Amino acid sequence: MTKPYRLLALIPAVAILGAPWFANRVEPRMLGMPFLLAWIVGWVLMTSVVMAVIGALDSRRS
Amino acid sequence: MISLGILSATLLLALLLSVRGARRAGGTTSGTTSLEQWSVGNRGFGTIFVFMLLAGEIYTTFTFLGGSGWAYGRGAPAFYIIAYGAVAYIMSYWLLPAIWQRATAWKVLSQSEYFTRAYDSPALGNLVAAVSIAALMPYLVLQLKGLGIIVSESSYGAISANAAIWIGTTATVIYVVLAGVKGSAMTAALKDVMVLLCVVGLGIVLPYTLHGGIGPMFARIAAERPDFLTLPSSGMSPSWFASTVLLTVLGFYMWPHTFGSVFTARDASVFRRNAALMPLYQLVLLFVFFIGFAALLSVPGLQGADVDLALLRVTRDTFGPWIVGLVGAAGLLTALVPGSLILMSIATTLARILRPPREGQPADSATFARLLVPLLAGVALLFTFRGGSTLVTLLLMAYSMVTQLFPALLASLFPTARITAAGAMAGIVVGEAAVAATTLGGVSLTTLFPGWSHSVTDINAGFLALVLNVVAMVLVSRLSSPATATAPASV
Repeated sequence: MTKPYRLLALIPAVAILGAPWFANRVEPRMLGMPFLLAWIVGWVLMTSVVMAVIGALDSRRS
Repeated sequence: MISLGILSATLLLALLLSVRGARRAGGTTSGTTSLEQWSVGNRGFGTIFVFMLLAGEIYTTFTFLGGSGWAYGRGAPAFYIIAYGAVAYIMSYWLLPAIWQRATAWKVLSQSEYFTRAYDSPALGNLVAAVSIAALMPYLVLQLKGLGIIVSESSYGAISANAAIWIGTTATVIYVVLAGVKGSAMTAALKDVMVLLCVVGLGIVLPYTLHGGIGPMFARIAAERPDFLTLPSSGMSPSWFASTVLLTVLGFYMWPHTFGSVFTARDASVFRRNAALMPLYQLVLLFVFFIGFAALLSVPGLQGADVDLALLRVTRDTFGPWIVGLVGAAGLLTALVPGSLILMSIATTLARILRPPREGQPADSATFARLLVPLLAGVALLFTFRGGSTLVTLLLMAYSMVTQLFPALLASLFPTARITAAGAMAGIVVGEAAVAATTLGGVSLTTLFPGWSHSVTDINAGFLALVLNVVAMVLVSRLSSPATATAPASV
């Protein structure tokens, strides 16, 4: 494994796929949204950040 | 009359933009275009154009009408629509550059050609083409039906759904024949601006004007229907959610027209940049859900297929014809842009099968592909007007069908897996048969394993087909004679 930082991508993937087990409830509501929806939206945003970080690290390595 | 004027102006603008975009790309509207230029833009698109094409295909009438309709009719299970895109973009970071690298080296123009070249098997390519066309036709019909609903609703009935479908299809055929993929990318830009303005605008304004804000809206829903905003313990349960998201992720880039967009990129870094950009775009769907939830409390009572009307009904009840016209125009483009790309994809696939390129012959099949476009549009119209209410069943089956191509695609990227062409074909055939049994025959995990826990029986039946597919693929590959078997080619 020459680029272990790429494993970071697993974090948002697991958080989104596991959302029903981690966050299947209405309270506490966030920005007015039910917790389940807020959890998914938060991790979709984090996906963007994580992929940008991996992309930046990859381009520095190459 | 005002909304009708806006709809007509949008249609004309889309047509002008697409032809102008094609001209600026280098004379694409003349008859001398090569199939490579017409269908994949000479593989010269940068991050923005590929982004627009991929996003343009992803935001279809299903997301515009179906996303708000699902939020209105089903509640929390609709959240899977916002979840699967993000996971698919993670996968795209590694998958798409690998496909692009091979496709560019082999100079292939369609998904079926990719498989033909990867396994050195025209028979496998033809099987993939047959699956592609069978899966794309109901997807095209869905866009046309959605177009009919959008135009007839937003013109207050001045144009019937059938008339709208005829006009929309004719416009699509004209700009696909004239402009090709560059035209679609230009119109996709117009569409994305309009959809963003309409969806984000409505998603914020409707909850505030109708319910006093997003928080109060969800508080009311939670009070009136306590279970609506969480997943149930059976049926569309957590295991249904996770398996459906995963299955959709695997099928996400298997649609032939999405696969074809990968070929348009200038270099592989385009996809790595898009993997970070695209999840942000996915968040537009959040506002689509807000519209559906706002409609739930203010236009209750829509049942069955009518839930797809939620967005247009709540807009009509709340705003005047100017806003209704603009929303209808954005909806019109969500049908036309993906519709044009689907048409182009089917035409390119068919043209390369019926008229394969030959050694030493410079002329290729671009003109032939263009001639196929009106013919294919006619077939789609026939299905649209004759089709019953089983469209959703057909679409779900189509999604499961294209997902069955994923194991063979993945194996093509790893020649050491020693999957042969015969193995890949066996896997696809077994997978497609299982899809037909589960969707048309009504076989599900509940009927196969009665009495088992819901966490098992709620798993999406498409997974069963995928497992059988992989088993058949590996078994037949191991049994194939090493002397005659063709394993995936390396770049």
